[in-house]
Amino acid sequence: MLALLVVHLVAALAAPALIGKMGRRGFYVLALAPASAAVWALAWGPRVADGTVPTEELTWIGDLGLDLAFRLDTLSWFMTVIVGGVGALVLAYCASYFSKDAQGLGRFGAVFVAFAGAMLGLVTADDLIALFVFWELTTVTSYLLIGHYSDRKTSRRAAMEAIVVTTAGGLAMLVGLVLLGVEAGTWRLSELIANPPEASTLVVTAVVLVLVGALTKSALIPFHFWLPAAMAAPTPVSAYLHAAAMVKAGVYLVARFAPAFSDLAAWRWVVLVAGAGTLLLGGYRALRQHDLKLVLAFGTVSQLGLLILLVGYGTRATALAGLAMLGAHAMFKASLFLVVGVVDAATGTRDLRRLSGVGRELPWTAAAGALAVASMIGLPPLAGYVAKEAALASLMHAEDSTGTLVLVVVGIGSVLTVAYGLRFWWGAFSTKPAVLAPEAITTNDGAATATPITAAVPGVEPATVRHPSGLLTVPAGLLALLGLVLALWPATGDRILGPHAATYPVGAPGHLTLWDGFLGAAITAAILGLGATLFAVRDRVERAQAAVAHTVSVDRAYRRGMRRLDDVATDVTAAVQRGSLPVYLGLILTVFIVAVGSLLLTSTTLPTQVRAYDNLAQVALGAAVVIATVLVARSRRRLKGAILLGVVGYAVAGLFLLQGAPDLALTQVLVETITVFVLVLVMRRLSPYFSVRPLAASRWLRLAIAVGVGLVVGGVALVAPAARVAEPVSTGFAEAAYEGGGGKNIVNVTLVDIRAWDTVGEISVLLVAATGVASLVFVSRRTGRIFRTKDAAADRAVWGGADDPHASLRGPLHDENAGAATARNQEWLRAVRTLAPRRRSVVFEVVARLLFHTMIVYSLYLMFSGHNSPGGGFAAGLVTGIALVVRYLAGGRYELGEAAPVQPGTVLGAGLFVAAGTGVAAMFFGASVFTSAILEVTLPVLGHVKLVTSLFFDVGVYLVVVGLMLDILRTLGAELDRRAESGEDPQFEQVGAAR
Amino acid sequence: MMDTTPNLTLVVVIAVLTAGGVYLLLERSLSRIVLGIILLGNAVNLMILVAGGAAGSPPIVGLSDRPMSDPLAQAMILTAIVITLGLTAFLLAMSYRSWQLNRHDEVQDDVEDRRIARLAAQDHPSVSGADTDENMDLDSEAAETHDETDEGTEGRKEVRP
Repeated sequence: MLALLVVHLVAALAAPALIGKMGRRGFYVLALAPASAAVWALAWGPRVADGTVPTEELTWIGDLGLDLAFRLDTLSWFMTVIVGGVGALVLAYCASYFSKDAQGLGRFGAVFVAFAGAMLGLVTADDLIALFVFWELTTVTSYLLIGHYSDRKTSRRAAMEAIVVTTAGGLAMLVGLVLLGVEAGTWRLSELIANPPEASTLVVTAVVLVLVGALTKSALIPFHFWLPAAMAAPTPVSAYLHAAAMVKAGVYLVARFAPAFSDLAAWRWVVLVAGAGTLLLGGYRALRQHDLKLVLAFGTVSQLGLLILLVGYGTRATALAGLAMLGAHAMFKASLFLVVGVVDAATGTRDLRRLSGVGRELPWTAAAGALAVASMIGLPPLAGYVAKEAALASLMHAEDSTGTLVLVVVGIGSVLTVAYGLRFWWGAFSTKPAVLAPEAITTNDGAATATPITAAVPGVEPATVRHPSGLLTVPAGLLALLGLVLALWPATGDRILGPHAATYPVGAPGHLTLWDGFLGAAITAAILGLGATLFAVRDRVERAQAAVAHTVSVDRAYRRGMRRLDDVATDVTAAVQRGSLPVYLGLILTVFIVAVGSLLLTSTTLPTQVRAYDNLAQVALGAAVVIATVLVARSRRRLKGAILLGVVGYAVAGLFLLQGAPDLALTQVLVETITVFVLVLVMRRLSPYFSVRPLAASRWLRLAIAVGVGLVVGGVALVAPAARVAEPVSTGFAEAAYEGGGGKNIVNVTLVDIRAWDTVGEISVLLVAATGVASLVFVSRRTGRIFRTKDAAADRAVWGGADDPHASLRGPLHDENAGAATARNQEWLRAVRTLAPRRRSVVFEVVARLLFHTMIVYSLYLMFSGHNSPGGGFAAGLVTGIALVVRYLAGGRYELGEAAPVQPGTVLGAGLFVAAGTGVAAMFFGASVFTSAILEVTLPVLGHVKLVTSLFFDVGVYLVVVGLMLDILRTLGAELDRRAESGEDPQFEQVGAAR
Repeated sequence: MMDTTPNLTLVVVIAVLTAGGVYLLLERSLSRIVLGIILLGNAVNLMILVAGGAAGSPPIVGLSDRPMSDPLAQAMILTAIVITLGLTAFLLAMSYRSWQLNRHDEVQDDVEDRRIARLAAQDHPSVSGADTDENMDLDSEAAETHDETDEGTEGRKEVRP
């Protein structure tokens, strides 16, 4: 069975290419997949009938006890033959049904075969979850098939309706299956059925949920409406999915569970009410349809009701009748749909009010249709007759009143079936005295009219009949003929289907026979007679139905429900998703205040003792932070805000130092310097003032939230130290750092060794941020070009800005003829000549020249000594960054290019590579990732050198930080300068006036 | 066991930094939001430090005999400081980009959300699909559904299969 599934999968995957190459003839090749399933099952036939049950299993998710288990008992065997056989015939039909240049045939073939495979898996699966998975696969593939004409609104709507209804049922079924599996302690379907769990409320609920799945799939009331709508699918799909295969999945499920659960009262009620109701409603609605496919669709709904009623009724005899009916229905209904396809292809319409004389033109098709209709209405000696006889006989022998009631319902349903069956054949093939004109059946805007055919006047030409390929009639004819041939040997059916019926717990075994005594014959005759009468008065029936207004329409209710759902979704979205960042943040922070605040108030205790301060320096720095913070929050000028922020940062650095964290203090001072610099870089492009918020009222709200959050966070800070109850993780860090990491600076060793993984993550974040900055500025490129002095135009005046009133004063005093060759040596920095004269500062140039190399050396010192004293890769990278900033500020962007003629991306990548490489390298020496090694050597000049491999990791960190700094300088510095000078960037506009 | 007595000065500093940060964070101007985030970053860093225990000597082996401050908290803060720098640069680049496109750096309301809100106010469906269309009926739908079938041949009698 697994092999067959693989065959289907391969065929589905190959289908687009196959049909692309062979055209529609590729369908013949595809038909081999389902045909192989049918042939394989037929080969097993005799053995399965003798009680052999082939099984296969493949462990799927072992830990969860889920297996892909398959089992071919009588019922599965029967379904496999139907699914495979009808599938192969319908695919062969497709080869001559679709026109050569029809759209999307490759995809259609692929999905169709995939569906056949899913169906095969569904009927043979022996694992509850596997069953569900295949069940949903059929739902999804049927969605794609119904929506085949995805450019048509009707198709899309029908597909959506089908998937919403069947998936809802499928999910209910999943819950039911899981409950049953847990309650029974097994996920094997066969074991569950053999030893069903004791009836309890839970089990009853689970069984009803499973039934809901079956009802949605088989289109029983109140879920029946999706099936007629699904007639928007191509006709072969209707023939296979909506007659033979998919809708039978629900029947299969009921037949599968009935032996174990049909004695539950809930089961009986659901099956009887839904089955009987659907049987009658479908038959009734079929009587007034004008579209041949809709006649069949409502007929199918009706027959599905009958099938569920029979296989779910619970006695052996009715079960046997139900299985026989299942087979008969697959044959005649698939055949009838295929016949409709032929008529549609031949005449271009399916409206019976436009068809006349088709039977004379297409006699073979009409004959196939007649044979199938005969089977459907139960004429002897056809399969439908045998099945219906068995059903009536089994119900006649029932002792209780329910049996009699069901008998009456089945009788009435059969009368309706006879009536719509005759109406179908009459509508499709008869020669009518008069037909309606095309204008009479559809209005100008495409809506169908309800004009009855009795309104027709002679003289209107019926639809012209063309002659499709004779091959088109073959599958329909074969299926119809099969209904006749098989019925001639009813005993064979008995032998094949009997074993499953025998698994039902109650009732005498039934029999399939062509003659069941005079009483049965009398009832059949009465049904046929009444049905024929009902057909004879079809006009009156149609008019009566039209007169009774459609009071309850589940279809309309469904659409209205979807509309309400959409409304609710829109309202909720509009209410919750305001699209305003301050509102979102405000909400989040309010929740934070309420949640954490209430926790603080209720479940924490204030510390018994507090220290007001550690020393006076702390108080002074704290006061500086507080004042500067308030000023930042109140500032209206951007620059003022940035500078005050620097004050906050430096003061915090001081607090770090007092707290015993020199590394933090160092890093903070460096970062704060750079932050202020970057803020200024960007803010010079923006308007000098923050915009004025028009809503002053919201300011008080913001203030309230801010104070609230501040209080809560302060409260947390107050209780957090004492809330630590466990031994700190870092207790052993000192020893680990010195012994294992080979360094005295525990913070640094923590970063590059003990928690190196974290650091790798953090420098990755830096890399992403740097790349993000570059992308936002360069937009379509990763980076810009490096500005080198030799590329600069002679008259380049970086940072020139507005006219320089003192230009004449800035020129050289004398020596106008000094050559360019000597000029280079006269400058302290290489690129200062690219600056506008007024932007130059000789003092700054000298300082930059003197400081740069010193700073680079200092940064290297920080990196190498970081292992034992404050410093490390982060601080070193920042110092290098500041050195570059100094060069940039002194000499402009060309000076930056001279100082660091590399692309930032290269530096970032190299850094991450070195850092990660250090970790990986350890693995080559058999250690785990990021294990450090300590090498101690004595060198001639340097003396005793202790080298720890994590130094290389620190080099990586250093490079990443330098890369980030370079990216910032190259984008927010150099590139913004270039744009300002070239006029690419527009000048700022004042958004809101300054106060 | 470590000294867990909280320091009131630092608690007040943390509270004020947080309040200032949140106040700026709730603004619409991206530059102000950046300032707010930096303030918040400082607050959180200080808080981690405070949660690490009372002040001690620098966590460098052999530097002092006094109890050390918690090195783990410091390692966390150190990377946080540098990442805040990366974040600041990124937000500022966004702010510049916003100015480049819109001439200001205000965070606007989401246009799509506003569109949804308008639809909700007018009770229009949010999707223009047919699922919610109440005015379709089965017969009309069936009438417009036709497959792309083979044309067949006109005039001749049906070919025998």
